[in-house]
Amino acid sequence: MNWILKKISNSKFGNNINKFIAKKFPSKLEQANSKYISCHGMPTDKESLKKNNMVCPECNFHHYISPTSRYNMWFGQNNWLEIKSAEPPSDPYRWEDTKKYIDRLKDAKKTTGQANAILSCEARINNIDVVMSAVDFKFIGGSISMAEGENVLTAVQKAIDKNVPYIFVSASGGMRMMTNILSLMQMTRMTIAINELKAAGLFFGVVVTSPTTGGTAASIVSLSDICVGESGATYAFAGRRIVQAQTPSELPENFQTVEYARNKSGQIDLVLDRKDIYPTLGKILSILLKKNSAIKTVENETTENNKTLTEAS
Amino acid sequence: MKNYLNFESDIKNLEVEIEKLKDPYNQDGLSEIDTKKISQSQEEIDRKLKEIYSNLDPWQITLVARHEDRPKAKFFIDNLFDDFIPLSGDRFYGEDEAVLTGFAKFNEKSVLVIGQEKGDNLETRIERNFGMMRPEGYRKTIRLMKLANKFNIPIISFIDTPGAYPGVGAEERGQAEAIAKSIECCMSLSVPTFAIVIGEGGSGGAIALASSNKVIMLENSIYSVISPEGCATILWRDSKRTLDAAKAMKLSSKDLLELKVIDEIIPEPVGGAHRDRDLILKNVRNSIERNLDEFLSMSGEEVLNHRKDKFLTIGRSKGFVNQSDSLNALSIKKNNINTFLQNFFRSKINLRISIGVIILLGCLIFFL
Repeated sequence: MNWILKKISNSKFGNNINKFIAKKFPSKLEQANSKYISCHGMPTDKESLKKNNMVCPECNFHHYISPTSRYNMWFGQNNWLEIKSAEPPSDPYRWEDTKKYIDRLKDAKKTTGQANAILSCEARINNIDVVMSAVDFKFIGGSISMAEGENVLTAVQKAIDKNVPYIFVSASGGMRMMTNILSLMQMTRMTIAINELKAAGLFFGVVVTSPTTGGTAASIVSLSDICVGESGATYAFAGRRIVQAQTPSELPENFQTVEYARNKSGQIDLVLDRKDIYPTLGKILSILLKKNSAIKTVENETTENNKTLTEAS
Repeated sequence: MKNYLNFESDIKNLEVEIEKLKDPYNQDGLSEIDTKKISQSQEEIDRKLKEIYSNLDPWQITLVARHEDRPKAKFFIDNLFDDFIPLSGDRFYGEDEAVLTGFAKFNEKSVLVIGQEKGDNLETRIERNFGMMRPEGYRKTIRLMKLANKFNIPIISFIDTPGAYPGVGAEERGQAEAIAKSIECCMSLSVPTFAIVIGEGGSGGAIALASSNKVIMLENSIYSVISPEGCATILWRDSKRTLDAAKAMKLSSKDLLELKVIDEIIPEPVGGAHRDRDLILKNVRNSIERNLDEFLSMSGEEVLNHRKDKFLTIGRSKGFVNQSDSLNALSIKKNNINTFLQNFFRSKINLRISIGVIILLGCLIFFL
């Protein structure tokens, strides 16, 4: 019986039948509109994930989250102010591969609703003013180009002007290929910005989310004062496949994750779950800047007022 | 034995012919050297070389930049500098032979020389790890750059690398951190720094040392964020479409000068740097002399600001920003006209009204 089936499936006619029967892989749009998302080899309800900040309640896998929803999760809706930056000429190369770069940009802007891959904002963590930038991985792989570099410069300038800490949430594939050398220069430009920030004596924190690789890892992310990793995030310089091509033996299982970077290479200070990052950052800031948390400061003020009042009386 | 690229096959044939002619005891039994014929063929070679090299496509330039016989960093260091003292080790982990570092004298002036060395033959290539630096290499250069800064000694680096080494050990020891710290160090030095791209300038591995006051390129060298092969594989999904990728990437020295990413091109002899090593040495020497003199009168702060301004203006060109302003601060100063135009065309009503006015004017002119 088997050999008949084999013969049929190998023949042209059989191939046609196979094609007809074979399941179609859903398109990106269908995946986005679907109620379910695949996690730990099972379809998982998107709604229940959303309630849990896109973290799988069963396997603790941290799914993609956009900068906007991260800010909403951290600060609450309308509780943060976007910092807009100037737009440099976007396509000096007039790049075209299988698709035009301008079209890619347009699509990315449409799907993410952002002007560039980085969204910067002013907000408060535990009543401490901060300036933040976060990268959207869905915007052409979170790659850094001129507009993104400019955004970081603007945000850092804002932090310096306001004399507040700067926090960078990274999720990036590296430097954008479509603007080749001009993107590469952003590594140096962002480094200049961070140098200025440090010269002003301000705190620079980084949150490494999945994935952070390439030029972004090798410039702004590695210059942090304190580097927090999100559980299970990829953190690497060269891609895993490229490293595998260079080494004959199998790579360690959790190679190039933040846990590996913390335990083995010592590149990351601490690894936290998504929900714990915000409070921990608040604690770190309040310790480093010697500021008490929200409620206590109010209490202090009132007690001082009381003192003055009593003195006056 | 000479190495030829595949678009140089005509030249190869001619040069083999000349070799035969020069040898009086060859198989044909010639007893006299035919000088006339030799000079004729030599002229033809020159003519053909000029023809081929005057219109190289970007992929061919890439091949020339990676040419096996191309002069490497060691050649330049040996021949341009006196009293070169090689220094090694990062004082943390080990020594990286992919980069040569040391103090030397250039025309009686002290300099720090850094050279990414690919190696000349297979043995040295393996020894030098094909010019791919490991974290200890970057940490070694950081250590020595800081030392040079302490004694106010200018830094000259020769860039020739396919990229930073992507190995397990390198990743574990913090390749990303080493590169980031190297850029940070480069951007905090108050001594003039020069980077000369002599072959391949590959991505992060190159910019870690090329964040300098002057970035200079040899004519047939390349400098890009990814190799054309890598780009073709990722974006075209076909590793063989390197020509398309190389064309789109604008990685040649002329394109980069146009984008104002590099400051100067050092002309190469016809047929690539490896065909006339004396000439290329002379050109490089002249360039270094000129650039060192330019920074002689500048103070440390001015040098640092020059470097910062240079990088902050990159990508902002073409009417985006008033370049006359100082950019020491990180703020963005927009062109007035630009902002007006942007604001004006943001609302669609403005656009429609202006189009209407233009049409009306056109009609008026037509009827009058």
